[in-house]
Amino acid sequence: MSYRHDLVSVEALKSRILALEGAWQGVGRHEEARPAAPLGLEPLDRALPWGGLPTACLHEVSAGAAADGAVAGFAAYLLARLSAAAGRRQSAVLWCAAGDGLYGPGLAAYGLDTHRLILVRGRRQADLLWALEEALRSGALAAVLGEIEEADLTATRRLQLAAEAGRTTALLLRPPGGKPAPSAAVTAWRTAAAPSGAAPWGAGLGRERWRLELVRCRGGLPRQWLVEWNDEANRLAVAAEFRDRSVDAPTDARRLAG
Amino acid sequence: MTRLPTLAAWRAKPFATTAKAGGRLVIVAANAPAEAAGIAPGQVLADARALEPGLRVTAADPSADGSALAALADGLTRYTPWVAVDEQGGGGARGALLDITGCAHLFGGEAALLADLVGRLERCGFAARAAVASSAGAAWAIARFAPHDRLIIAPGAEGQALAALPVAALRLPAETAGKLERLGLRRIGALYTLPQAPLARRFGSLVGRRLDQALGRVQEPISPRRPVEPWRLQLAFAEPIAQRQDIAAATEHLTAALCRRLAEEMKGARRLVLALYRVDGTLARAEIGTSRPVRETKHLMRLFAEKLDGLDAGLGLDLLALSAPVVEPLAASQSGLLACANEAALPALAALVDRLANRLGASEVRRLVPVASHLPERAQRAAPALASAGAAEAPWRKRRPRPLRLFTRPQPVDAIAPVPDDPPLLFRWREQLHRIRRADGPERIAGEWWQGSAPAQAEVRDYYRVEDEAGRRFWLYREGLYHPERRPRWFLHGLFA
Repeated sequence: MSYRHDLVSVEALKSRILALEGAWQGVGRHEEARPAAPLGLEPLDRALPWGGLPTACLHEVSAGAAADGAVAGFAAYLLARLSAAAGRRQSAVLWCAAGDGLYGPGLAAYGLDTHRLILVRGRRQADLLWALEEALRSGALAAVLGEIEEADLTATRRLQLAAEAGRTTALLLRPPGGKPAPSAAVTAWRTAAAPSGAAPWGAGLGRERWRLELVRCRGGLPRQWLVEWNDEANRLAVAAEFRDRSVDAPTDARRLAG
Repeated sequence: MTRLPTLAAWRAKPFATTAKAGGRLVIVAANAPAEAAGIAPGQVLADARALEPGLRVTAADPSADGSALAALADGLTRYTPWVAVDEQGGGGARGALLDITGCAHLFGGEAALLADLVGRLERCGFAARAAVASSAGAAWAIARFAPHDRLIIAPGAEGQALAALPVAALRLPAETAGKLERLGLRRIGALYTLPQAPLARRFGSLVGRRLDQALGRVQEPISPRRPVEPWRLQLAFAEPIAQRQDIAAATEHLTAALCRRLAEEMKGARRLVLALYRVDGTLARAEIGTSRPVRETKHLMRLFAEKLDGLDAGLGLDLLALSAPVVEPLAASQSGLLACANEAALPALAALVDRLANRLGASEVRRLVPVASHLPERAQRAAPALASAGAAEAPWRKRRPRPLRLFTRPQPVDAIAPVPDDPPLLFRWREQLHRIRRADGPERIAGEWWQGSAPAQAEVRDYYRVEDEAGRRFWLYREGLYHPERRPRWFLHGLFA
């Protein structure tokens, strides 16, 4: 067997090792290579190193406060985007929770097609985690969402591996007030409702606003946005008064250092 | 007649169960040594003790007897699916009735079947007697009252076989049998020549009917304990198996055979029941369901694998039976979720839904389907995840904003609102005070009075969309029309994003 000193093959080997490291340790420098689903909001897509929300990996979204529906709204929006990006081949999405209470007309308003949404109810946390992992590994779905009270590093690592194995995006919804636990998630978000601006017709409620916080992001910087849901055009927009906020504000730099 | 199945150590000593009857303890059942000492069911305990001072007794437990008999009857479905528990214990012990029409040749004839059945029960510790006859009534009588050497009655020979048996063998109440005996009609044969009409006038129609049933002049169907399934396959083992992998291999063999049969008839199974007959005569069952008709062995075996993990094989299994109670044509029309997934993704999706449904329960895996109702809680229903939705599914109504989460039961809240028609200024829910900054409404939703629902549900509701100081949005409603003398009641029905 002849051995050729071939630079290209060394490079290929290096990238393969990195990929393996990434898969097993949850960190790696091949992050940019992940396929991504655009979020349909330019500042958000620009802040993410992948040009969108990377698919086939784990993301966390935590609630800012109790009785806050903004998390579910953002999650429904993300599921709709992921389902659309996955195409017809695997466009179904799955929502796992301990209770019920999701309301079809409300979900449909965020672009989530309930024809493609499977709801799974699991009374115990162990059942929920099992269902999430099964669904991720099956490879039959575009995205899988789980409302989980507690998931430790091992559990999130298992979900991350399952997501990579099944090429399916995993979203974990965390309850408000939870301690920041170590997690294998690729990105972590916090969502809270924000007071709405002036109503379009003068009186009554304005468009609903959410404070989106990208708390953690592999290969990216933490950011915050104030976004507004346009229920006529069915899309998100960055709220006017925050549009010019500097993305490299000192607060963000401190957060990165700490 | 009734003997007790007891542990080997207890079998050698006199033992009986008792029950209270009229303020006295009476023997219900006795074992063989006790019977040898002259103790019989119906005796008062004191008399029995006088006959056999060493008699050990315990209280009878009829419900445990009943469930033991039911478990035995399940175990007897190895011979025929038509097994019924015979509850009328009049004049003898309770037992099981088996319709073995067309089954006997599988066991080498009626005599071999009978020997196998009795031997099996004896090995399990039961003293059993069984008989074969052309009518259920005759078999019942022969098993309980005939001598040991004539237990199989040829068709047409019932009259002759029953003639010498006491009238109690006709499954008559003790009172009727007693009356007949007092009149000298001790044997069934004595009734053959009597005219039916005076007999019926004197003793009711039961005597004539029982006689006709016993002689096979009237049909008496057996209603089986469990429904009899046309799709059933079974596999018997010479040596009992207990290892999980052996059971799995046998199950796969049966499943593959069933799938071949299903393929021939262009059908698929929606539900499969695996019956595992343990050597001690009891039965374990494993059941799986699928969300669409399936006839792929691999898919079904993955579902069975979960069930086999938690299975107790006891001392071993000597027979497996696989049945498909629900079978549907495989080329069913598809819509809803199925229509969205294309052909390539469908098997993976269906396999996932089945796995989830089998572990968590079919009601826990579903999807939301719109319902044409303007009452918010009735505007959706949960449907099986892969069920076809029938005709073209209506889209959700989008005219008014609706919350993302809806409480199944609206939550009562304390609210302060200016009268009569203004949205609340603040409200308290789950110990938290929400000050309302902006509000939209009211949207009036009337009850569906034509549905005949409860009066409380028929009340008019005025819904408000409100936003608190933090920007959280709620869907509140005030129940009923404004009335100056009544304090309005407020409810939280949902959360907006």
